[in-house]
Amino acid sequence: MADLPQRQTDIGPPHYMQFLPPVAQKNYGQWKYHEQLSGGSMVHVAESGDKLWTVRAASPRLISTDFIRGLTALADKYCGGHLRFTTRHNVEFLVSDESNLKPLMDELKQKNYMVGGIGDGISNIVHTQGWVHCHSAATDASGLVKVLMDEFADYFTGTKTLPARVRFAVACCTNMCGAVHCSDIAVVGIHRKPPAIIHEDVKKACEVPSTISSCPTGAISPDPANKSVKIKADKCMYCGNCYSVCPAMPISDPDNDGVAIVAGGKIGSLRSNPKFSKLVIPYLPNNTPKWPEVVAAFRTILTAYENGARKHERLGEWIDRVGWEKFFSLTGLPFTHQHIDDFTIARETYRTSAAFKW
Amino acid sequence: MSQKKYETPLLDELEKGPFPSFVTEIKTAAAKNDSANDLLGVLEQCYRERRTHWKHGGIVGVRGYGGGVIGRYSDVPNEYPGVAHFHTVRINQTSGFFYTAKALNDICDIWDKYGSGLTNLHGSTGDLVLLGTKTDVLEAIFAETSSRGWDLGGSGSSMRTPSCCVGPGRCEWSMIDTLDITYSLTQEFQDELHRPAFPYKFKIKTAGCAVDCIASVARADLSIIGTWKGDIQIDQAEVKNYAAKGLNIQAEIIDMCPTGCMSLNNGEIVIDNANCSRCMHCIAKMTKALRPGKERGATIMVGSKAPFVIGALLSHVIVPFMPLEAPYDDLKDLIRKMWEWWDEHGKNRERIGELIVRRGMREFLEFLELDPIPQMVFEPRRDPFYFWTEDELNK
Repeated sequence: MADLPQRQTDIGPPHYMQFLPPVAQKNYGQWKYHEQLSGGSMVHVAESGDKLWTVRAASPRLISTDFIRGLTALADKYCGGHLRFTTRHNVEFLVSDESNLKPLMDELKQKNYMVGGIGDGISNIVHTQGWVHCHSAATDASGLVKVLMDEFADYFTGTKTLPARVRFAVACCTNMCGAVHCSDIAVVGIHRKPPAIIHEDVKKACEVPSTISSCPTGAISPDPANKSVKIKADKCMYCGNCYSVCPAMPISDPDNDGVAIVAGGKIGSLRSNPKFSKLVIPYLPNNTPKWPEVVAAFRTILTAYENGARKHERLGEWIDRVGWEKFFSLTGLPFTHQHIDDFTIARETYRTSAAFKW
Repeated sequence: MSQKKYETPLLDELEKGPFPSFVTEIKTAAAKNDSANDLLGVLEQCYRERRTHWKHGGIVGVRGYGGGVIGRYSDVPNEYPGVAHFHTVRINQTSGFFYTAKALNDICDIWDKYGSGLTNLHGSTGDLVLLGTKTDVLEAIFAETSSRGWDLGGSGSSMRTPSCCVGPGRCEWSMIDTLDITYSLTQEFQDELHRPAFPYKFKIKTAGCAVDCIASVARADLSIIGTWKGDIQIDQAEVKNYAAKGLNIQAEIIDMCPTGCMSLNNGEIVIDNANCSRCMHCIAKMTKALRPGKERGATIMVGSKAPFVIGALLSHVIVPFMPLEAPYDDLKDLIRKMWEWWDEHGKNRERIGELIVRRGMREFLEFLELDPIPQMVFEPRRDPFYFWTEDELNK
């Protein structure tokens, strides 16, 4: 490929400053305040009095180059070419000239972009690759995001609001490349049976010590006769970490794989410390393509929160105030053996007080 | 190009509804690209069978690098030859995810030429992800992207691509220059990014304040979170404006302060700053009236990760306050020392947060020459079982 340009190594990313709109370069670090103007727009005001408007729109994250070119064409037309993405995969058009604000929003509406994601509602869903691109996915991620965001679209656009922001996340396996472990309501793909062991392939493809040490419960031990490993099935909790290390231990099982729902996590330190999400539904099936049980579960949890929370209270803060026993009675979700922790922090979660609610 | 036409009745259901459809995106790419077309076919099969059809990544990459490209292969390559190889290229994103139209269009041109035309903006760690290409064009992609100023991100047991919030580029709460810190650390540690030499992955995320829009506290081995010292700045005229506009300051601000350090006196906010924990609630809800104190820096925390192996961890405080001015030498020195200790003691696939649990905070802190202080813990130990060194006994 002689016609290729000269490669460069270890150059790192391009310097960020060249991508900032001129008004953001000029007022870098000198912002004074911001105001939300609608469910999908806001203005940041600098000490100098300069203003930068932002219009936010949804993206499915898995996007074609045509989709990107659609965004860049709008950025060229209304934003001097400047745009950015949020940590939740939304696109933001950075408008320096107020007269471009309404035409941009009109064109976005006319082209069926979903404008929103700002303020006390439901923003886009942090998620993973799923069946689109991952070997360990126990469920799809993009499909779950699509059906959940369709269901709760009004909370994205700002048509409806909530007591505080509610952050969803989807992870297609317990590896949790998505931020499931600290989200308000989240889905995580799970398995429910131990992996198979293909002894022939273990010999070829796996390192036995690292496979053994990948198991959180010590369920895997050497099997010298087969030059392989064996699993103590009653110690396995199906996390799939061994499969990540050893491809000869496939764990995918369409009839038993599915998803768990967790809730009550948060990341910011506002009012209360960051919290982990906790298990609320141990299993729902992969009922493709629309996962109706998952959507219904999210609706149940969100409705209970909406009815019970005080303004600014995040879902986990509301649950902490009313108590988990109340959460289960308010939502009507069944409480099962799976809900009581038996892993590394189990004892900390047992109720060591006689004070609780009926 | 004569393409196989796939019937996709299940995926077609996911083109309905108001939220933009990833299926529509795959179809858009498929109209021009055989790999994207075969992705559509195999994904429909995944939806039909309710299981994945991807195999483990193999070792693929570009010359001189040990990461940045994730090998991906289909387990049904004969039926879907376009995705027999379907590798991911991670491009190191810009600080704060700021772009120009031209920069993105350039990347789209390269990707249309060499890849599936499908992308993720962005991957979970922050990279600009080019999704789906073949082994024999990886060098060409790298030549085209790097000659235009774009480098690859991290993968495997390396420093992963650092990422950050929007920071001083557009946020009044950013106590530190998140964009510059991220750029500076990425440039400083290019070798650690591109050539995996660690026990396992190491993620760095920088957030301008405790709102933590980048999820630093939950998703980074090193969490750098902006904070301040000194009194919260109060504009009492703006406080009165908020009240006039209907904000119930008593209920929504004073009563929700976790430390009870605020009160309202004749319509003016009074703050007992010595008892403020800088949680950001009041400032976030009254941004025109309340602003952080003037001495700025960051809290340095370490160890967060997803559940494998010992359960999910949040990062914990190791340096309560570090002033962060370019070139950030103190921070870089601290990172190097952390890596040295982890490299010395970490087992294969052991994150630094897990190693601290296994070997204890004392050893970690002593290696970093950090004195123990109460800000590092929620509470002291309950048990009477602890170690004494000879030095301590002889004091």
